[in-house]
Amino acid sequence: MSEWKPNIVVFACDWCTYQGADLAGSLRYEYPANVNIIRVPCTGRVEPEFIVSALSNGADGVFVGGCHPGDCHYKEGNYKAMRRFTLLKMVLTGMGFEAERVRMEWISGSEGKRFAEIMAEFNRTIEKIGPNPFRRDSNAG
Amino acid sequence: MTLKKIEINPMTRLEGHGKISVFLDEQGNVDNVFFQTVELRGYERFLTGMPIEEVPRTVSTICGVCRCVHFTAAVKAADAVYHVQPTPTARKIRELLLNAHYVEDHTAILYALGFPDFVVGPTADAGARNLIGLIQAVGADVGKLVLRKRYAAVKVIEMLGGKPIHPVAALPGGWSKRVTEQERTEILALADEMVELGELTLKVFGDVVLKNQDYMDLVTGDVYKVVCNYMGTVDDKNRVQYYDGTQRIVDTEGKEIGRFKGKDYLKHIAERVLPWSYLKVPYLKNIGWKGIVDGEGTSLYSVGPLARLNAADGMDTPLAQEAYEKMYATFGVKPVHNILAYHWARAIELLNAAEKARQLASDESITSPDIRAELWAPDEGVGVIEAVRGVLIHHYKTDDRGIVQEANLIVATTHNNGPINVAVKRAAEHFIKNGKVDDGILNLVEMAYRPYDICLACATHTLPGRLPLQLDVYDCKGELYKSLRNF
Amino acid sequence: MPDKVKLAYFLSGGCGGCDMAIIDLSETLVDVLPYLEVVFWAPTVADVKYKDLEAMPDKSIDVGLYSGMVRLSEQEHIARVMRRKCKVLVAYGACAALGGIPGMGNMHTREDIFQTAYFDTYSTDNPEGVTPQVRCVVDGKYELTLPEFYGYVRPLQHVVDVDYFSGGCPPHHSFVGQAVVAVLEGELPPPGSWITSGKAVCDVCDRNPAGRGEQRHLIQSVKRTIDGVPEEGKCLLQQGYLCLGAVTQGDCGSLCPQVNIPCRGCGGPIPGVKDFGLRAIGSIAASLEKEELVEQIPSPVKLFYRYSLPASMLGRKIK
Ligand code: SF4
Ligand code: SF4
Ligand code: SF4
Ligand code: FES
Repeated sequence: MSEWKPNIVVFACDWCTYQGADLAGSLRYEYPANVNIIRVPCTGRVEPEFIVSALSNGADGVFVGGCHPGDCHYKEGNYKAMRRFTLLKMVLTGMGFEAERVRMEWISGSEGKRFAEIMAEFNRTIEKIGPNPFRRDSNAG
Repeated sequence: MTLKKIEINPMTRLEGHGKISVFLDEQGNVDNVFFQTVELRGYERFLTGMPIEEVPRTVSTICGVCRCVHFTAAVKAADAVYHVQPTPTARKIRELLLNAHYVEDHTAILYALGFPDFVVGPTADAGARNLIGLIQAVGADVGKLVLRKRYAAVKVIEMLGGKPIHPVAALPGGWSKRVTEQERTEILALADEMVELGELTLKVFGDVVLKNQDYMDLVTGDVYKVVCNYMGTVDDKNRVQYYDGTQRIVDTEGKEIGRFKGKDYLKHIAERVLPWSYLKVPYLKNIGWKGIVDGEGTSLYSVGPLARLNAADGMDTPLAQEAYEKMYATFGVKPVHNILAYHWARAIELLNAAEKARQLASDESITSPDIRAELWAPDEGVGVIEAVRGVLIHHYKTDDRGIVQEANLIVATTHNNGPINVAVKRAAEHFIKNGKVDDGILNLVEMAYRPYDICLACATHTLPGRLPLQLDVYDCKGELYKSLRNF
Repeated sequence: MPDKVKLAYFLSGGCGGCDMAIIDLSETLVDVLPYLEVVFWAPTVADVKYKDLEAMPDKSIDVGLYSGMVRLSEQEHIARVMRRKCKVLVAYGACAALGGIPGMGNMHTREDIFQTAYFDTYSTDNPEGVTPQVRCVVDGKYELTLPEFYGYVRPLQHVVDVDYFSGGCPPHHSFVGQAVVAVLEGELPPPGSWITSGKAVCDVCDRNPAGRGEQRHLIQSVKRTIDGVPEEGKCLLQQGYLCLGAVTQGDCGSLCPQVNIPCRGCGGPIPGVKDFGLRAIGSIAASLEKEELVEQIPSPVKLFYRYSLPASMLGRKIK
């Protein structure tokens, strides 16, 4: 059991958070190796299906990172993403998930350090709440 | 004591229906019989968290056959939750919907279930006892005629309710859509067809059953007889009502022993939990739990067509009243405890509902735009209606936003749970003698609960039709000795 | 028309409404009966036994309709038998194809449901604190058994391969009529698809702004059907009533909006959508003006998954 490391999926907007992650890498800000980044053109492209697919495929935490409000390359993408994310989160908690298991943040391309810090923090949160209960549930049959 | 156990298992585990277990004593005679309901879907639980106005269209799926009754009971409960009365127009629309539903449902039951029994005979092969068989027996033309006239009622449900099977238009305090004058005239024409259907049906019943002495012996005889109390809804003249009224209880002698409305049902009814059935057994609280026995002093009561007629003094439309008088004159007593008379009562009510639908559709004020009443702060409410199969109670408690916190539903089949147990036991005692169990017995035992039209869908969700049965005979050591099944 | 089409029908864990939709075909039903050979219709109409069905040669039935969800082991068993015997197996109606309304039971545990039914409900009288038992002995001598009440509901495709899906609770009889004719004439879409016109409820709805040359705008408030009276002819969603017509198959012809009631998705997801509720969440959230409006939606799971929780990616509440 102590061997368990959270599997974390990050949907990162190509225009900001993904660049932030890149920057974190080149500046050697360390963040957990179990963070898997999926590049998306804009958070507005992150459908609820993506997040739930990640969860139902066993991700222990799902993170969506996008441009700060007002900075979305497609103007409204991140606002739309925020509304969807909030509603989805209500549904996920209704289905028995911990609210902390999914998270959305605005991280710009220049915030490499912040990216690394947030990832470390998210990782700790997930470590604390434990493995994806959906996986636990379906394994239990 | 050694017992043989016979299990009549109607597809139970398959559909979650009911099953009958018969225990024989050493002589092979019936020692005890249990009618078990093996199904539970948990509506009372999963309705919680839903906004009360979404409940009617949701609970309608408790049963696709008698959906309009759950729909109507739930919206009446929602009225009560919001402390409103529907506007007079909305009330008329709801009543029209419910009456159309009575016509449609009673027709389906009588033609799919009641008549085939008599047309081909009670002990004949069950194979032909179904709707398709009946259409073949009576010919495509008559089949079409009946189906078309029944469809007239379905059409009315769709026009008023939005969907023909699971309607959606009910709202607390009213209705979501007004009726146009054009729709009213269309409905009026459909109602005429419904009245014709009612008359035709009573005539078929007269020709097939009343004129056949063998059947009449069965109908008036002692095998299919359960002596219990009756509950039904009446108006201020004690006439049968469906949409609204007072619930009246009469005892085995026909004497009134109770009346209640709305939330007071809790003063009169309690439901006993049994470890051997998923279905609780309701009884009259004033008398107290006496176990599953019939006869004078029993606390069991029946609901449904015959119970309604027994609990009332008459019908509120002329043609139905005439038929009502004829039925009681034939039996010469009231209440009638012969359960096969349920079918007769059903035919009378079909005509009554059709006549009422015609009255409602004749009333031009039903097209008034005034269909929504203002709501008050929500908390708790009970909706009681006379469902096709008997008194139906929906009870909801909500928070201050009208979100359901608790729900309690008592459906018609549940009320009849006790009497059905008695009926089945009586038939089994009569037909199973000295360990002799053959195929015909299945039918005869089945006939004991078919009159109740165990809303096979509500408690067990099967369409009106035959309840598949399995009869397992066990020897004294509890080992399987013979197995009969009709599915 | 070809020779008689052999048809089998099975009502599983449904309400019977799907069967009624077939009866509602009325005269059409009588007309098509000569072209159909009903080899099995349980438990409602025909007196053919399960063992007869089991004895039929594999793939000897042309079309099997399976209505209702799967909750019990025998339902699962018949699903498998139907699959073996039928060339084409259809998940007929919302329960079979999506889990349906009873699928909302997947939000609660068995213990929860028992607690409510046998203890908490107001009229319950349970002096000895009993609950129904799978096996029990009454009066020390009568041994009675009950089937086990399983914890959750599954749609048909989680049990066997399904060739076609049909939405609707129930499918509207006029649509059933069209489908029956399509089957009789052998005009079926590629296996695995929904039998549908492919249009959304919005596409066939008179209230659609697009049809009236109007622009859609973001909605300012979330309304329940008890709030106010919707303006005639105007899109319900645009007025704040959360109508799911955009993501729902419109084979019903937009019945609910026609009576001023928002669509709740019984028709099933429009083509290409795997998870109805998630797509509905995406679509509704995207049309809201402000994030805060989200909080005004009461019990979102039971709104967006009213008919489809068991078929969704998550399927049931985590215990
Ligand atoms: S889909 Fe609807 S009508 Fe069909 S069985 Fe299920 S609840 Fe009943
Ligand atoms: S959202 Fe509803 S009301 Fe609006 S066009 Fe679509 S189906 Fe019609
Ligand atoms: S409008 Fe929506 S909920 Fe209503 S019948 Fe059509 S698909 Fe079903
Ligand atoms: S482009 Fe970054 S969130 Fe839209």
